[in-house]
Amino acid sequence: MTQNGNLAVEIRGVNIYYGPKLAVKDVNIPIAERKITAFIGPSGCGKSTVLRAINRMNDLIPDARVEGEIVYHGQNLYDPKVDAVEVRRRIGMVFQKPNPFPKSIFENVAYGPRLLGINNREKLAVIVEQSLRQAALWDEVKDDLKKSGLALSGGQQQRLCIARALAVEPDVILMDEPCSALDPIATQKIEELMRELVQHYTIVIVTHNMQQATRTSDHTAFFSIRKDESQAGREIRWGELIEFAPTNALFESPQQQETADYISGRFG
Amino acid sequence: MSYLPDEWLFKNRLLQRQRRGKLYRLFFFASLVLAVVALVTLLLNVLNETVGLIAVRYEIAPETISDQPIDQLDNVRLAAILQEYAPRKLKVFVRDHLSVVDPSLFTSLPLSQALEGRNIPAGAETSTISDISDEVVLELLTRNLSTDQLRELVLTEVVGLEVLESWPATESLFNRAAIEERVAAEYPDAELQTHSWINSTFLSSPMSSVPAQAGIRTALLGSLWMLAITMAVAFPLGLGAAIYLQEYSSDNFFNRLIDTNIRNLAGVPSIIYGMLGLAIFVRALEPITSGSTFGVMDSNGRTILSAGLTMALLILPILIINAQEALRAVPRSLREASYGLGATQWQTIWNTVLPAAIPGILTGTILAMSRAVGETAPLIVIGASTFIVFDPNGPFSKFTALPIQIYQWTARPQDQFRDIAAAAIVILLVLLLTLNAAAIILRNRYSGKLA
Repeated sequence: MTQNGNLAVEIRGVNIYYGPKLAVKDVNIPIAERKITAFIGPSGCGKSTVLRAINRMNDLIPDARVEGEIVYHGQNLYDPKVDAVEVRRRIGMVFQKPNPFPKSIFENVAYGPRLLGINNREKLAVIVEQSLRQAALWDEVKDDLKKSGLALSGGQQQRLCIARALAVEPDVILMDEPCSALDPIATQKIEELMRELVQHYTIVIVTHNMQQATRTSDHTAFFSIRKDESQAGREIRWGELIEFAPTNALFESPQQQETADYISGRFG
Repeated sequence: MSYLPDEWLFKNRLLQRQRRGKLYRLFFFASLVLAVVALVTLLLNVLNETVGLIAVRYEIAPETISDQPIDQLDNVRLAAILQEYAPRKLKVFVRDHLSVVDPSLFTSLPLSQALEGRNIPAGAETSTISDISDEVVLELLTRNLSTDQLRELVLTEVVGLEVLESWPATESLFNRAAIEERVAAEYPDAELQTHSWINSTFLSSPMSSVPAQAGIRTALLGSLWMLAITMAVAFPLGLGAAIYLQEYSSDNFFNRLIDTNIRNLAGVPSIIYGMLGLAIFVRALEPITSGSTFGVMDSNGRTILSAGLTMALLILPILIINAQEALRAVPRSLREASYGLGATQWQTIWNTVLPAAIPGILTGTILAMSRAVGETAPLIVIGASTFIVFDPNGPFSKFTALPIQIYQWTARPQDQFRDIAAAAIVILLVLLLTLNAAAIILRNRYSGKLA
């Protein structure tokens, strides 16, 4: 694994459990600063689970448990001293289905800054404009910021969600299959936007679409499913990281047979 | 070789399948028709009683009292008529219409206290009502009562309109000849009039033992007071408990037990809540609910406050369950969006979950309110008064409420009480429909905003 520059986040020996059930085993991924890292793999391999562990969204699931370390700026995010609220403000998230609040476009973007105690209308207006410009949505919505966020098209809604995440000035943006609910044109816009944003932000994206991974990402992590059939009658499945490499290297000369099978479309 | 039916059998069975579907459809339609017919019959039956012919008789013909028509007389003339025809009731009028203290204290207090805030003739302030002369009493009446009130007194106390018999609307319309014949034979001195039992006097008069003069003013005010107290107590408690149960409490045995029991409490018969209210609010907390802790004298625990608190207990489980459902219906994706931006749990609840749940919460709240307005059994148990002529003036008043009034009127032997009971039912229904309509409008307005 070749790494240039600094690491934004380092996932070290992470196991994730739902209750007693092991979901993901022993994941190690260095995530480079101002690069796009893609997680790919078949359904159920735990790539979304790992992504959601990075900003502690798994805390919201009552019996989810994370072992190991996720290090951000030298700090283990799972240290008891660390407040998940602060983690999520530095590591933002964009979800699979566009989920704008049932509020105006302005209020959607202003939501994060308001949480931080900014209530001055002019300051908010500046932040909203900056964020919408960064998310390449400003020109389309600048005349009706009072319109409900839900009145936008799917692709616009997703860019609104990106603008909303940018408004709290995070370092890292996690994207959980951000284009899976969008048509090809909207997808293309989001991908262009990602290439744009990566100049200032670290992006981690989960995708089912291998072309998307090759088009957009700098590094790719391939996850797959492991099974244990030794116990009679009950199959135990968990996800594991199979291979992590620069995207070109992973797709052109995969080191593992399973990776090669997956990217050539033989399973998954 | 297929196990599926061949062409002929398939066609045959298809006919059967369609026929069975039609049969069920017919049954569902019949159920709907039956339900609608039952409801319409009920409503018409109630409305039928509220308007119709009445046979009335005057004790003294209005023309013999005054040479001018009564509605043209001024205060002084009206008071003079009262003095002439009902001299012994003048002080009773003062007590019923002007007193600000409890009737049992009225005769022993000086007028300055008994009639505090009223216009009292000079020199009479320190005397009690028993000591003053008829002239001063007349002064009190003319100074403090409006012409309308005095005219009402003349009409009821002197002219003495008496309803001899009443007929419902359908009979009045289709059987008028027979009614006229009967009136001519049985009450030769009576007059036949068309009368609506729902009218402005009915809404604005207090309870009376004469059905034609009785109104629902005190009952309506009692119901509204009770509702205000109920909502002031139940809404914050219910919403708070629902938020805690739904958003904060972890899924353990103890919390599941509480949750299940709240659901069971919503199904407990209301009379049980009445007994609970009687034991706790009326008896155990009497110093508080009667107001004696706060310096209100001469009252027991059977007050509006007790009724409001009992009703609050009754609708609390309904409110909690409903608010929980509304909170649960808020999509997970919205919560995640909020948490993902670095919101704390409280910020997520306040800024995202509650606004999204508010239409559902409000709808449920208003439906719970209409339940509280219509409940009768708990009020009977905690001892709502059945005959009250004074408006309730605070949480520590004795009171009556609409359902109690209706219940009490329907139990009376005279026919006319059933007519006014029907009229009161119509008013109660209108109140309930208004509340439900408000629920629908609120829900539509808020959910319209979200989309």
